[in-house]
Amino acid sequence: MKPPNAKPSGIVRAVIQLTVHNHPGVMSHVCGLFARRAFNLDGIACLPVGDGSRSRVWLAIEDDRRVDQMVKQLQKLRDVIEVRLHKAEHAVFMKLEDFFKAHPENRPQPVGAVVEGSGAV
Amino acid sequence: MSRLTGAQIIIRLLERQGVRILSGIPGGANLPMYDALSQSTVIRHVLARHEQGAGFIAQGMSRVSGVPEVCFATSGPGATNVLTAIADAKLDSIPLICITGQVPQALIGTDAFQEVDTYGLSVPITKHNFLVRSAAELLTIIPEAFSIAASGRPGPVLIDVPKDVQNQAIEVDAWPEPGARLADEAADHETVAAAAAMIAAAKRPILYVGGGTIQSGSGELIRAMSEDNDIPVTMTLMGLGAIATEHERSLGMLGMHAARYTNALLEESDLLIAAGVRFDDRATGRVAAFCPNANIIHVDIDPSELHKIKRAHIGVVGDVRVFMEALSKHMRSQKRPAWLARVSELKSSMPLAMPGSGDARQPYGLMRAVARVAGDDAIVTTDVGQHQMWAAQAYPINRPRRWLTSGGLGTMGFGLPAAIGAALADPAATVVCITGDGSFQMNIQELATLAEENLNVKIVLMNNNSLGLVHQQQDLFYGNRVFAADYQYKVDFLKIAAGFGVRGYDLGVAKDPDAMLRHAFSETGPCLIHAPIDASEKVFPMVPPGAANKDMIGGEIHEAAKR
Repeated sequence: MKPPNAKPSGIVRAVIQLTVHNHPGVMSHVCGLFARRAFNLDGIACLPVGDGSRSRVWLAIEDDRRVDQMVKQLQKLRDVIEVRLHKAEHAVFMKLEDFFKAHPENRPQPVGAVVEGSGAV
Repeated sequence: MSRLTGAQIIIRLLERQGVRILSGIPGGANLPMYDALSQSTVIRHVLARHEQGAGFIAQGMSRVSGVPEVCFATSGPGATNVLTAIADAKLDSIPLICITGQVPQALIGTDAFQEVDTYGLSVPITKHNFLVRSAAELLTIIPEAFSIAASGRPGPVLIDVPKDVQNQAIEVDAWPEPGARLADEAADHETVAAAAAMIAAAKRPILYVGGGTIQSGSGELIRAMSEDNDIPVTMTLMGLGAIATEHERSLGMLGMHAARYTNALLEESDLLIAAGVRFDDRATGRVAAFCPNANIIHVDIDPSELHKIKRAHIGVVGDVRVFMEALSKHMRSQKRPAWLARVSELKSSMPLAMPGSGDARQPYGLMRAVARVAGDDAIVTTDVGQHQMWAAQAYPINRPRRWLTSGGLGTMGFGLPAAIGAALADPAATVVCITGDGSFQMNIQELATLAEENLNVKIVLMNNNSLGLVHQQQDLFYGNRVFAADYQYKVDFLKIAAGFGVRGYDLGVAKDPDAMLRHAFSETGPCLIHAPIDASEKVFPMVPPGAANKDMIGGEIHEAAKR
């Protein structure tokens, strides 16, 4: 039986796209906003943009009534330059999911299993 | 052009920001900053006895001055000690700059002596925080920190400076402009017009004002709107002083320990003009039952506050003062005699019962007696607990920035260091610190700072030898099982005060307590006024936790009449 909070795999309900200043503390600011509201991030992708002074972050989240408040809170962060809200079918996680499923080691592992590093992630 | 160390740059930038007093405690990782500070001829350092005290001293200054004030702490325990004062500033939107020393960058992440992740720890309790990685960065970070702290919804900013950055010498060609509050945007014309129309159509409007009205300095505008349009005003704990509590339009504080008539009138209101408030649970009670018949106009400078708890019919992002100024131009004087008559009716049928208000040996009487001798312009700080609520109910606060209390975080230990800060910011003022024995013991070490600075702070210590508000809740809601809320040992606070070099007065043995208060307040400098209080005294009326504001218990007037 699935635990009550398990989500069907492959379903991403909304994607928040951020443009942020690229420095070591920024992820901690962004993720902290969600963690301290007990709001789970189902997926995170992040890559530098242009000369590397900025990064783009995509957050896959459950789309519920808290999203509006989360967007407002993100907009208040000093290091967040832009916030955009996308529908679930945003390409970044669709493609990531294809990549993810293509690797057999991403199948559910027994607790405590050690996965050999492939260098792919 | 001159060659300066990071530490010297910090001090020079603080001087340029207009900082004249800062509080803190030196330690291994901020010694370069202290060495540079020792050479400053314009900044006076106030040495606290605990970093939390330093943080609250800076907060006390800031709550009075309205501009960012500064505290220093060293790495590790210095930083963790100051966190509570920073979190408190965040919850009450107080502009504060905390500069911490950090171990040298080469040692970060090695569990070096007195190393803690100050940056990581301060993320959720600051408006913004910085870990400085070169001396050159200070030239942008320090002014930016002041601008962030003061702009929009104010708040605390922490700057963590590794020791090697403090020691790094660089050439400084030019100094940056000091950081300042960014200008507020003009109010949207259509929204203002819509709000004015909604107010004009309302029969039973109430202004519900909070800390945002104090921060924006819009008390006068609130008073004028209230008088010109017959709109009564209720204030949150943070909003007390926005208009004089004894003004005839004032309904006093709302919520958990409001007067019964205040919550009853909110229940009847058809329009709530919520200005600089955040619908805190202590103010609203059970949200679904808060002002059930009212439209809501909500103005707040923080966009994330709109619709957070209650959906507003008109939501305005902006400075309360800017909005109120624009609104007043759209409104004509409007009389509401029926509503004012109803207000008077409920004020007299459901007043705030203040048993013992004529006796300085009882809680309400003490508040009134202290207010009489302290004078109209005194600054009042409180700690957290029963004494805080008695003060909020009964101490007349007639001006903004004269009521300093830990509203959001509810930090016991706030009162004494905040009073020290208030007295530093306004040395001519009489500062009254209303505290309880539980709270007082949480930062009692700052008596040494107080004595050293010889400030005009009068500590009114309401001593019931217990954690009164816990005691009250256990009495009322936990079957009278008082546990861990009453102290077994009776501390002799007058001896403690004497040991710190602070004069003491004991109302418990006074033949004439009013005369003793007059005498205590007639002398300048610090003193402790010890006021024994019965542990069975309660703050009434009260909304039980989780209940609706209309369901208050205690404090009925017939009950008061019996006493």
